[in-house]
Formats: sequence, C-alpha cells, structure tokens
Amino acid sequence: MSQKLVDKLQQEFGADILAVSSQHGDETITVDKDKLLVVLNHLRDHEGCEQLSDVVGVHYPDRDQEFEVNYLLRSWQNNVRLRVRVHTTEGEAIDSATGIYKSADWAEREVYDLFGVDFADHPDLRRILCHHEFEGHPLRKDYPIEQGQECSRPEHLFNDEDIARAARRASGIKPEVGGAHDEVHPSDLLTVNLGPSHPATHGALRVECLLDGENILEAKSEIGYIHRCFEKEAEDHTWAQVMPYTDRLNYCSAMANNAIYALAVEKMCGVEATPRANAIRVIVSELSRIIDHLVCVCANLVDVGALTNYWYLYNTRESIYQSLEGLCGSRLTTNYARIGGMSHDLYDGFADEIRTKLDEMVVGNNEVMKLIARNRIFLDRTVGVGAISQEDALSWGFTGPCLRATGLAHDLRKSAPYFGYEQYEFEIPTGTDGDSHDRIMVRMAEMVQSRAIILQALDNLPDGPLNIEDHSVIIPPKEKVYNTIEGAMNQFKLVYEGIQVPAGEGYGFGEGANGELGFFCVSDGTGHAYRIKVRPPCFPIFSAFTTLVQGRMIPDAIATLGSLNIIAGELDR
Amino acid sequence: MAVDLESPSNYLTTRLRQAVNWGRKYSLWPLPFGVACCAIEFMSTVSSYNDISRFGAELVRFSPRQSDMMIIAGTISYKQAPILKTIYEQMAEPKWVIAMGACASSGGFYNNYSTLQGADHVIPVDVYVAGCPPTPENLLFALTQIQEKVEKEGLVPAAERHPGRIEA
Repeated sequence: MSQKLVDKLQQEFGADILAVSSQHGDETITVDKDKLLVVLNHLRDHEGCEQLSDVVGVHYPDRDQEFEVNYLLRSWQNNVRLRVRVHTTEGEAIDSATGIYKSADWAEREVYDLFGVDFADHPDLRRILCHHEFEGHPLRKDYPIEQGQECSRPEHLFNDEDIARAARRASGIKPEVGGAHDEVHPSDLLTVNLGPSHPATHGALRVECLLDGENILEAKSEIGYIHRCFEKEAEDHTWAQVMPYTDRLNYCSAMANNAIYALAVEKMCGVEATPRANAIRVIVSELSRIIDHLVCVCANLVDVGALTNYWYLYNTRESIYQSLEGLCGSRLTTNYARIGGMSHDLYDGFADEIRTKLDEMVVGNNEVMKLIARNRIFLDRTVGVGAISQEDALSWGFTGPCLRATGLAHDLRKSAPYFGYEQYEFEIPTGTDGDSHDRIMVRMAEMVQSRAIILQALDNLPDGPLNIEDHSVIIPPKEKVYNTIEGAMNQFKLVYEGIQVPAGEGYGFGEGANGELGFFCVSDGTGHAYRIKVRPPCFPIFSAFTTLVQGRMIPDAIATLGSLNIIAGELDR
Repeated sequence: MAVDLESPSNYLTTRLRQAVNWGRKYSLWPLPFGVACCAIEFMSTVSSYNDISRFGAELVRFSPRQSDMMIIAGTISYKQAPILKTIYEQMAEPKWVIAMGACASSGGFYNNYSTLQGADHVIPVDVYVAGCPPTPENLLFALTQIQEKVEKEGLVPAAERHPGRIEA
C-alpha cells in the first residue's frame, strides 16, 4: 500500500523527491525542504494522510546537512504510513507544518528545543521540555548527558500584552455567552496556575489560565516538569538496558511499554517473538490497558466529585498489581519483556487467578456504572464538556480512546495487528460526541473487551519455547551460561557490548492504553542506539488541551483534563 | 505520662509537649508532591487495601498551608526545583519531608541534564525511602519513622532541625 503511494508521489513530484527508501516495511521519501509543505499539503488533501503522528529529529554531526527531520504521517482511511524526510543545517529554517497539521505545533517545538532546528513561521517557537533558562540543545551529539543546568524561577506564560489582548477580546463577549461585563479591564483578569502541583493535574503539568470570574479566557500549558531525558539515556545505554526506562514512560501501564519497545527492537533485528511470548505479551498488555483505564477513570471521577468510585475501581487495580508482582517481582515498574522474548514465563495458577480477578473487575465496574450512568451530577459535569470533532482530533494527532470517543473506530490492534492480535475476537467501542463523558464510557467498554481478549489468550495459550533461539539477540539459558564457555562468552558479550542491532531505522508501534505508542529507532550497527524517539500518545493529546477549555469554566477544565488521561512520565519522557 | 489510680476520678498527668506530640503524630496531614511513578504508589497507599488512615495520615491536602508532611513522590527536575522550594516554604512549621523513592532521594537512575540529583539539594529531607518505586508498605514504614521523630522533637521547627538549610 505504502509502495503504491510512493509511486504516485514520484509521478506527481518527480525530481522534488530526492530519495526513496524502504526498510522493515516502512517507506520514506526525502524531499527538498522548500517543497516540504507542498508535499505535506498534497498528502493530506489528496492521499488521505489525515494525521501527523510525530516529528522526529536526528543529529548527524559529520554530515554537511547535519539535521534530519522526519515527519511521520498516517492515513487511517487507507491504512497507510509514510515518512517524509528533510535535511537541514544550523541557521537554515524549515517551513513550519503547523498550518497543515495542528499536531506539528508541539512536535516542532520539541525538535527546536532538543536539536535547535529552526522552523519558519511557527506561531510559538519556544522551548518545551527544557526550562526557559536552559542553554544549548541537549539531544545534539556534542551535548554531554550529565551537564545539568539549574533553573532559578518558573516562567510566566502570560505577559501584560497577552492580558490586555484577552481583556479587549472579553469586552466583546455578551453576558449570556459567559462574560459578565460590558468592558473588561486588564486588572479585572486573574492569572491562575493549574499545576504543576495540583490535585487534579495527576502529574507535573502546568496550565496557566487567564480568568474572568470563573471563565477561562485564555490558557497556556507548559510541560517538561518531569523531563527525564529518556531519549538521551537511551543513547547512553545498550538496547537491552533501555527496557527499564520504558517502564517509567507510562508508569500506569508499564507492561505494554515493555512489550512494544521489545517489538520495535525485534523489528530492527529482523526477528519475531515466539507464539507463546506473543500470547503472554497480549495478556500483559491488556492487563495494563485495564489498570491504566481504571486509574484514569477513578481519578477522573474523583475530580468531578464522585469519590466512592475510587474505592471500587482501585481495588481491582490493586489485585491485578499483585498478580503482576508475581510475574516479574515488581508492581509498577515491571521490566518484564525482553528483546526476543520475556524474562519469565507465567507462574503456576496465573490463569485461574486472573480469571477470578477479571470477574471481580466486572462486578466493581458494574457497581460504578450503577453509580454514574444516570447520575445527574456526573452527566452535568461531563456531557458536552471538552468535546472535540473527528476532524480536529485527527489533526491534533489524537489516537486511542480519545480518538475513538469521537466515533472513529481506529485501533492499531485491528488495523496493523502485532503480537497476533488478529487471532482474537473483540470489538472497538466508540463514542459519538468526543466529550469527556464519551471518553470515560469508551474506557469502561474497552475494559470489557480487554477482558474478552485475555480470556481467549488464557484459553489458547500456545505451548513451546518462550524465547527465540537466536542468541545474538537474547541471552542463552542459565544452564548454558554456567556450564559452557560459549554460553558464558555469549552472555558476557550481550551484557557488555549489547545487542548488535543492524544499522538502519525502524518504527515499532502498538496500541498503548492511551493511544499509539511508537518507538522510532535508529541504529548505527553498534550495541547502543543512535537515536530512539518515543511517540507518546498523550503528547499530541495534551497539546490540544487549551483549545478544549478556552471559553469554558475552570471545573470543566478539570473534568476534561482527567478524561484525556495525561501521564506526565510519557508526556515529558 | 502517669495515671493516678488512687483518685476517684481518674486523670492523666503529662507534659504539654508530650500530649501535643502524641496527638500530632497520629494526625499528620500529607501534602503529596506527586510528580511521577511514585505518586501512583502513593495512590495505592491511600486506597482501601493499604489504607493509610490506619496511621492517621489519610487527610491528603494539596494546599501547603494546611499540611505538615510533604511526600516528594517522584523525580524532581531542574525545572521543578524552584516550585518544590516555594511550596515547601509555604508550609507552616513544624513540618516534615519524606523523599519517596530513588529519584527523590538521589536522582535514581536518571543521572542526566534535566534531573536534580536528589530533592535534598533544594529542601531538607527527614526520611528517605528506598525503592523504584517503593511499595506502599515501605511508605507506611517511612510514615512511622516520621511519627517517631514527631514524638521526640515535635515542637522544634524544621529550621532548627536542619540548621543552615532553610532561610528565615
């Protein structure tokens, strides 16, 4: 499919496409940077590429054009993915794609922040992950990983000019729409920080709101408070050592991160996990989805005042944690998958235990549905709040439950099955209005589907080996390591030098609990990654947050934020 | 404390300081400075299975003015550090701090350009909890450690317990 698209583009643009490459099933076209916007526009309008998943920078200090910027495009309607690549160097700006894809806004800011690549006509090209006093660009190869820079004070997001402009705009609002005054003076407006330490932000996020009474005239969000440099750490460690860092991306569903990271590196190595490992990955990924949705829904309900549900939902989560602890020895940060398999097999009695726990989950969830489904307060707080249209959701880069709440049944487990998801029968729950209520309901329904998948996987768990036989990828079994010199050397080399991933690049992705989780990997053929870029599902989702709450009231912002399920760990990486 | 059993109406004699500390230790109001993974384990600690209210510390307050025990649950970045300091300074005396987990204690396995190598570079910490993240039981143990401190030194403000660390 992608090949056909590339052929069409070559006919359309001819010599403007400088190079075409295909690796691990991913197509990449390199275009002249002056033609970038023309190509992107064409792809969006005529080829159905409605989503810009991510923008990935890579630094090659030895090249003339030292920066490579990749635009990862996706067409859900045609089920096609394509990378568009441009090269640039210090001082040469790339035209910003913000006019074509809304998700380009933050994605380009990130490339600017971490690499120092300039984007012409970007509306708000500021740092995003590093603090405002930071100097230099940390993901450049010459930036030492340990060189920290202190920050003396937080940044003010609104200046006097912004406040004056908001006041002028608010003066025009008629009272029945929300503004209470005929004329608003800048001194009438109040600047309030929501976060970075706030009960309803569920992590270190900050939204600065410009308030007229309780109405949000304007909001600006700021992230990066828990930027832990996953991508720089990944370059500093061997491929296998990155696994524990993936736990701490979306710490509510670490198992799924492990499995998808392993999938991405396996793709680079050209190996495939065994059927048994795949089935176990499906089980743990779906358990992760359940506990992730549970924590999202329970926290969201607490935010809108329904505390009781927290106890019902969190008990299930706690009991599933105990099973996960049995699997890998840890509750939250699991480090369970391995490149080429899993660290342990399931323990005896796991299947029955999980079946019982999933039955208990259904009881708990039904209790919650009884409490909220027709609850007037809950409905008033969530229906029509934070709504987004299908078109906007795609343009902002929404995936996962937040996209499905708008009515689009897009799920990577169906459209690009991995781990053998095609063998399982399940439905994709969708909403209709894309509001907070639908997002919560989609998550509640998805838990039921996840349960169905887990039960099928437990019933049909394949026998056979857990790990692949290729010991250039996975360490040999312990008997071999302890009893043979070859085994000991094999383990030594894998631990010290790392897996020698063939040079090249690949994008491994899957349906994380909150949407598309992807790892864009570049290898130079050594044991360390040259570059790993995470495509976290909630980064593009949170970039749309301010547009969802502007013009609404503060309590609506709280209800909306909870339903988007922003996990700061993967947002800031 | 002493109980006078001879008297017809039984009463206790104690020192004011002891009585206040005894009460205070069972009603610590935590301020969860939840930034990362540890915050999720803090949620587990508060939820019904582990039930932090058995130790009298269930009244979670996000307003620094209303709380006396800060739990730093997660990685503190350089960007976050001035905010952590401000919030700590807003808490009224006497106050205690738990650094929950490897990141808050020492930066954890994030030794990089963005991560502060331990919250004690910015504010004084009373109890450090090992683990990445610590289990709820670990956190509860840290809470009992704080209770012991409270009993022994409750009315002493943090500025005196950590000389030179806090600006007046």
